[in-house]
Order: sequence, then structure tokens, then C-alpha cells
Amino acid sequence: MVEPILEIRELRKSFGALKATDGVSLDLRPGEIHALIGPNGAGKSTLIHQISGSIRQDSGTIRFLGEDMAGLGMPERARRGLGRSFQISSLAPEFSALRNVMLAVQARQGSSLRFFRPVMTDKSLTEPAMAMLERVGLAKRANLPAAELSHGERRQLEIAIALALGSKAFLFDEPMAGMGPEGSKALTGFLDALRHEAPILLVEHDMDAVFALADRISVLVYGRIIASGKVDDIRNDPEVRRAYLGEAA
Amino acid sequence: MIARETIINTILALLLLAVPLIAMAVGEPFYITLSTRVAILALAAVGLNIALGLGGLVSFGHAAFFGIGGYAAGILATHAFNAEPMLFGVEGTTSMPWIWLVALTVCGLVALPIGAISLRTSGVYFIMITLAFAQMIYYFAISWPAYGGEDGLSLSVRNSFPLINTAKPLPFFLICYALLLLAMSLFALIRGSRFGAALQTARQNDTRLAAVGIAPFNIRLIAFIISAMVTGLAGALFADLNRFASPSMLSWHMSGELIVLIILGGKGRLFGPLAGAMLYVLFEYTLGGITERWQFFLGLILLGVVLFARGGLLGLLAGKARHG
Repeated sequence: MVEPILEIRELRKSFGALKATDGVSLDLRPGEIHALIGPNGAGKSTLIHQISGSIRQDSGTIRFLGEDMAGLGMPERARRGLGRSFQISSLAPEFSALRNVMLAVQARQGSSLRFFRPVMTDKSLTEPAMAMLERVGLAKRANLPAAELSHGERRQLEIAIALALGSKAFLFDEPMAGMGPEGSKALTGFLDALRHEAPILLVEHDMDAVFALADRISVLVYGRIIASGKVDDIRNDPEVRRAYLGEAA
Repeated sequence: MIARETIINTILALLLLAVPLIAMAVGEPFYITLSTRVAILALAAVGLNIALGLGGLVSFGHAAFFGIGGYAAGILATHAFNAEPMLFGVEGTTSMPWIWLVALTVCGLVALPIGAISLRTSGVYFIMITLAFAQMIYYFAISWPAYGGEDGLSLSVRNSFPLINTAKPLPFFLICYALLLLAMSLFALIRGSRFGAALQTARQNDTRLAAVGIAPFNIRLIAFIISAMVTGLAGALFADLNRFASPSMLSWHMSGELIVLIILGGKGRLFGPLAGAMLYVLFEYTLGGITERWQFFLGLILLGVVLFARGGLLGLLAGKARHG
């Protein structure tokens, strides 16, 4: 069997009496899109936060590229190649789209302690950043402040940043949210191709996108994974239909 | 086309240079001293502006560095004047470049632990903890009789600079003016650099900075140290201007004054501190001539700026700050 890129075992996290993550185990294998679905409040974002390092788990392990992530904060995990997008876009609002991506390029080059050379004329930053914006279709909006971009465009920008980091796995938290049907369709095609670059753990409410994209689906309800498997198995799982899909239909 | 801000900046820089030259020509040396005060306060605020304007770190304790710079000048000069060596037999000095080097070094060394502790907090806690550190240093200074205690430390003559007669007001002004321009160039370079990009992202959204793999704490700490050093340099000049290192340089009023300068002029703007210092000293001089309670009116003006002109004077004149 292929070694998983990301391996989560028996992860637990409580907020007071609320078990937000209750013994979650899941894998992300090379070249796949693993979708994580579940009703609101199931703990999907909490799980993403624990993987990316912005929240510490109470117990359980997260291994990324064979390395235990315990004790590593968000910056260290990002440097090792965990790229994420946020459920609520998290960007430098005053900076242009281009500068937001340039920051990722500079972080990847590991060179933030340079005090003199101006960044805006530094081709080793602007060119790769522009290339990433072109890939996600934001090149025309490169010079607009992130605050002035539309909701969907900010999602695209976050993906461009994750790309610029040279991430070895992507954690995307509802990348389709706030996008029109056109945008969702374009992004679906984009993510479909992206999986060959690095596997994607995808949290998404848009079921059409999930069923079109996912190689595997895990269903999270009240912090527990109630089912995990191929798309068709999940679609036909009675427990899943009751807990989640039935609700949506 | 030249940007409006560039034109305004050039006018401000030339104005500060022109006033003492004209004052010299018409024989009114008082205005040279006033301009020197503007240059030094602006320099101190340029320092603070690195932390506050670029990094969003509202340090309410920068008086500590301003005062340490002042005492560095006072202490070194006193030892040199009395020809008695300091601790470990180190000689005092009256040479400005040496004094500046000591002021910069000591401020950097003091800012390291203060920053390392304070930066674990944020928001109002950061404001309070930086204030607390500065007050500790203030009370330490006034209770240390060897260096004047509450009376402060007088310098019998202004310290010297190679080939320049610093005792005359105009040459001393020019030294301060040159250092101000140098510090502003440093600010501009930092702002446009990779470090500046990371620092400004830390202000806007530190989660974003962490998510690309840059630890916000380290970036902020370095900015805090650089900021403290520049403010400390201004303190050394201030002591030389007044020929007096006063404990009041260390007090929280001074920290507040520096923040006020930045808000008046325009936070995060290259020329914000200079515009702010000009306004402040102008108010101090004109309003102060009319009433002893001039700070009441300064308060009203500050209120107006905060409510109606968030970008300060430069925001009013040159419009919203733009990033690349």
C-alpha cells in the first residue's frame, strides 16, 4: 500500500463538555481528494485547525510526511508543506492580491529577514506570484487590495497562496462557499487537476462538487467519523443518508 | 507624475531645513533650537512608527528607550568630564558617535527581553505591559542617586562631533536633521522590504502570516528592537540639545507624547512622525504662549483628528495610504 501523506489517528479535542473531535482517524494518500462532509457543527473546521496547527489536540497523533506534528505550530507545519485555506478568508486586506501571494513566495524562499531590497521590483517574488494568480484566474485583479476582491475571488487568492507555498498537501475549508455556479464549476475543474500535484483534504458543502471530485469521502457527525469510503459506498450508506444527506435532500 | 504625498513630504523636509537657516540669517537662534527639538522628536517617533505604524504594536513604553538614550549620553559625558572610569574601568566619552553607538546597543539589549515578554500578549495587555516596563526603569532612574536621581543629570558642555562645532545651534541642528533623514530612509527601506512585508502582514492578519510559515512573534520582536534603538538614538540627541538627561524623558508622558505625534502626523506614513512633530511643537509654542493649559487644546485637536481625520495630517493632505 502507498504510504499516506497525512495520517491522523484517534484524534480527540473537547471544548468543555463538547467533544468537537471524538476519536477521528483518517488518511490522505498521494494524488487523491479526500472529502470531509458533515452537518454544521460536526467539527470539520476544528479538525482542519488541529491539522494545520492553529489548535492543539487533546490526544491522538497527526503525522505528515512521516513526521509527528506534535509540538509544531502553524508556521512550522506550513513550512513543511501543509497549505491551507480558511473557511472565512484570511488575507492581508490592505495588500494587493499580488503582494499576498508574494508573501508566500518569500516565505517559501525562507528569506523574511531581508531589510533593504524593495520587494515590488524583485522579480524573484513578483514573477512566481503572478504565475500563481494566473493559474487561479486572478491575474487581472492582481493589483487590487484583497479587501476589495469579491468573496469568491478571495477564495481563489487563498488557493493561489497555498500553491505558491509549494504545499505537499492542501487543506481546503469550503473553497466553494460564496462562489457563483460559474465559479464553482471552474474551481471544480481546477481542483480536479490539482490533486496530481498534491493531495487535497476538502471540506465542502457543495455536494455536486464533492461527488464529482472526491476519491474518498469521510462523514463527520458530532466529532465522529460515521462512515468513510468510496463515493458510491457513501452515497448508498443508510446511516449517512439518515444523518446527513437525508437532511439536505 | 509625482504623487501628491511626495510633494508634501518634500515641502515638509525643506521647511524643517529652511526655518533654522532663516532664523540664523535674521539672528533668532531660538527658532533653531525649536527646529532641533522638532527633528529629535520626529526621530524618536520614526523609531516608534516602525513598531506602531508598520507592526501595529502600540508600545506605551518607548519613553524607556528615549530615556536610556538620554542617560547614555549623560552618564558617558559625566564620567569623561570628571575623568573617572565607569564599571570595569571603561572610560567615559564626550564623542557623539561613541555615545550613539552605546545608546543604540543598550537600547537594543534592553528591548530584547522587554519585547520577548511583552510580545506574548497583544492589544491592551501589550500596551499595559510595555508601560509597566517603562515605569520600572523610570523609578529605577529617580532612585539612583549616583546619576542625579530625581534631579536628573546635567551635561556641562554639549558632546562633540568630529570636525563640527556642536556648541553652535545650527551645526547641531544639521546633525539631528541628517540623522532624521537617515532614519526615515531606513524606515522606507524596511517598509518596502521582505521583512517589512512580513511585519505589515503581522499587523493586518497574523494568522495569515503564520499560515504561510512565518512566525509572527520573531518578526515583531525584531521590529520592536529596531524601533527601540532608533528612539534611543533620539534620546541621546535630546539630552545633548537640553544639556540635561532628565528622568521625565523616561516617564509615561513621554511615551504618550510619541504616540500623539504619530497619530497627529499619520500612522505608518514615512513623513507622519515629522508632520506630527512639527504640529506638536508648533502647538506647544503658539498655544503654550497663550495659555499654560495648552494641552487641553491639544487634546481637543487630537480628538478631532481621531474622529474626523484618522490618517492624521498626511492622511488629510495626501489621501489614503496605498500599498503596492
